[in-house]
Amino acid sequence: MKKFARLISALDSTTKTNAKLEALVNYLDEGSDRDKIWCVALLTGKRPKRPVKTALLRTWAAEEANLPLWLFEESYYIVGDLAETVALILPPSGQNDSKSLHERMMQLKSLHQKDEKEVRHEITRAWKEMSKVERFVFNKLITGGFRIGVSQKLMVRALSKHTGIEEAKLSHRLMGNWVPAETHFSELILESSSTENLSRPYPFYLAYPLESDPEELGSPEKWQIEFKWDGIRGQVIKRDGKVYIWSRGEELVTDRFPELVEMGQTLDRDAVLDGEIIAYKDGAPLTFNHLQTRIGRKRITKKILENSPVKLIAYDLLEYEGSDIRQEPMEKRRIFLEQLINSNPHDALILSECIKEKSWSGVAKIRGKSRSLMAEGLMLKRKSSEYKVGRKRGDWWKWKVDPMAIDAVLIYAMRGHGRRANLYSDYTFAVWDKGELIPFAKAYSGLTDKEIKEVDRFVKQNILEKFGPVRSVEPHLVFEIGFEGIAPSTRHKSGIALRFPRMLRWRKDKSPQEANTLEHLQSMLDVYQDGN
Amino acid sequence: MSLITFTESGFYCEKADLYIDPWKPVKRALITHAHADHSRSGMNHYMAHLHSIPVMKHRLGDIDVQGVEYGETICVNGVNITFYPAGHVPGSAQIKLEHKSESWVIMGDYKLGSDGVSTPFEPVKCSHLVTESTFGLPIYNWEPQDEVMNTINKWWAENAASGVTSVMLGYAFGKAQRILANLDPSLGEIFVHGAIYHTNNALSEVGYKFPKTEYVTNETDKKRFRGAIILAPPSALGSTWIRKFKPFKVATASGWMALRGARRRRNVDKGFVLSDHADWTELNKAVTDSGAENIFVTHGYSNVFASWLKNKGLNAEVVKTAFEGELSEIGESTTAEPE
Ligand SMILES: [Zn+2]
Ligand SMILES: [Zn+2]
Repeated sequence: MKKFARLISALDSTTKTNAKLEALVNYLDEGSDRDKIWCVALLTGKRPKRPVKTALLRTWAAEEANLPLWLFEESYYIVGDLAETVALILPPSGQNDSKSLHERMMQLKSLHQKDEKEVRHEITRAWKEMSKVERFVFNKLITGGFRIGVSQKLMVRALSKHTGIEEAKLSHRLMGNWVPAETHFSELILESSSTENLSRPYPFYLAYPLESDPEELGSPEKWQIEFKWDGIRGQVIKRDGKVYIWSRGEELVTDRFPELVEMGQTLDRDAVLDGEIIAYKDGAPLTFNHLQTRIGRKRITKKILENSPVKLIAYDLLEYEGSDIRQEPMEKRRIFLEQLINSNPHDALILSECIKEKSWSGVAKIRGKSRSLMAEGLMLKRKSSEYKVGRKRGDWWKWKVDPMAIDAVLIYAMRGHGRRANLYSDYTFAVWDKGELIPFAKAYSGLTDKEIKEVDRFVKQNILEKFGPVRSVEPHLVFEIGFEGIAPSTRHKSGIALRFPRMLRWRKDKSPQEANTLEHLQSMLDVYQDGN
Repeated sequence: MSLITFTESGFYCEKADLYIDPWKPVKRALITHAHADHSRSGMNHYMAHLHSIPVMKHRLGDIDVQGVEYGETICVNGVNITFYPAGHVPGSAQIKLEHKSESWVIMGDYKLGSDGVSTPFEPVKCSHLVTESTFGLPIYNWEPQDEVMNTINKWWAENAASGVTSVMLGYAFGKAQRILANLDPSLGEIFVHGAIYHTNNALSEVGYKFPKTEYVTNETDKKRFRGAIILAPPSALGSTWIRKFKPFKVATASGWMALRGARRRRNVDKGFVLSDHADWTELNKAVTDSGAENIFVTHGYSNVFASWLKNKGLNAEVVKTAFEGELSEIGESTTAEPE
């Protein structure tokens, strides 16, 4: 695992894409096929089931280091990462790992069949055979979550450089349900295999947020304009009569959506549909919370099916009667899509409506209604555009409505993790209610590193009380909190749950007294919940 | 009455009427070393190791200071005061104060390993020990200096081979000289930032010798920077001054670089783990070797380290001070807890 550890350190020590790419290509060029397939799997988020409970890792590491568990926990609290804490706390071994990545991964896999004593023996022996960095990587293989900034796209680029195969082909080959332990590098990556893997989805084409005035896009008639729905991007695939459903996270979710499977089965021809999977009832979309009840669990009960039925709002067609039509222009694909849907009417299949307006101001007016229709805004797709791979600028834009926002006071802070482990970077915000500050949202993103440091300094100097890792601070700082959705909640003191809360900006111009009230939040709840 | 008490101004010896590393102006101050948080301005009279004096004067101006040798004992009103090497930076000392059967050692900042510049640490027996705990967690274990310096020299050589300038950041007093003394001068030219240049000059007054360096000025021919190494204080990062070395790679050397989070947060290409403070093993060894029954833990992870010592059956307690540990070296707060 020496080489893989070196790769991880190289990826970790730079933020430059080119340096990361070079490190990846070097690894692929030198690595064995078996190690390479693991590298691809691990860095694109395919991680085998955790073979050991993290609580055991802590205990074993503390005992190996001859330290009391509380001291391990104190250290973990400062480091913010379990794999790293274990790697640092163990006595130095003076060794470099002589086993390959493949061998280590197979070893970890074999642990599932072993009892705790044997597992402990294997893990602690492995630690003794490794350097600090190798231990860190090994522990990460167990606990998961490298977060070293290798996107699927970057992996594909590296593979393309390594093999000389086109990126689009490779990203298609990487999709799907392959299992690294049972997959050969040459079969997955080198051989064209579209026929042998019927279920394989196409990489999604993703839009960028609109950056300029829409007027600069030319006439609206050149654009296919649709509502942007707040669901899950998905592909419904029908090939050789079989139906598969994929979500954008590249997860095969066929069994979560029986309505859509049924719909797929009734289609009279093979096709791959791209659209939004959305909870929908009585002629209108339901909130995202409803959809969540469908993804969150493995078993879908009758009651859930009844309360939160789903539909596909289809907006694109990628494959039609067996041929890949992604290179065809949007408007032509749209004609095929309409054809398909018109001849296959089904309750769970909705054709995404095209908004036809002569002027952008007319379009903007419709965009203004998004929220009341439970949409997030509009999608603008150039009628002449082909279906590309990944996030690309130019032909597809999302023109979201501005997030809902509220001014709130920071009242609690916690240290972050990983990169922000010594900084107070996770905050809880409150609004006023009868002279009292009521917490209603947690947020940790949206500030610059510089601002985080500034808030961190404030927190450290203004701590009122400590509750475990949480610090209550002088209610002094005001932030504008943006969010995408709002729903009633019995689990929160405020009676409200927000979707995707984040800090939009630091309102240094506002005093805490000027922050919004709970009443204000409740009125938003009333407005935006009426879609139900 | 204890020989040393902890006051608002710092550690105080009433019997001799003097303070050790005080943070408020007092009449008489003993100084462990010339770092800014231990040697502050405003004292009427200072006493410090001879090698601390030029740097103190450089920083504090014309002060009234008496120089002391290591091992030399000075008696003030029956209290014997002796300076012992602390191995932290040139001139750094542990200060021992003895009266009758009570003996105190105030260690200041220290490390046990020899760095090739400062006089190496010597263990001193006492009944009361005041120790720092900047890196008082078992996650901090330093590699031997030779290994770290090898990787630094290798980094420089690699940059030089690709025609890039190496900018190495380190605290202007202590870290910079330690790196300088262990660089491989055969790899290329060595330039220094003004802050380091002046510190080196001050140290050369008391006999310290370093490899040949050149002070970076506006007139220096920029072509010469290619392949060279530049030593600069951490504050140079992000300054306009650093831009003149383009294309360059920048690294920092600090104990904090042991943590991935800190490495990533610090906006540098490379972080070398090199500290002038004791690591976990050294802290424990120093405490054991002193034979002290009473341990007072100051700046750093003091709560954790004191609990650990208590756990081991020692009489340990936390003392709050205004010292900063290695914080000033990275210019950002990384303390465990706000004190
Ligand atoms: Zn110091
Ligand atoms: Zn200090």
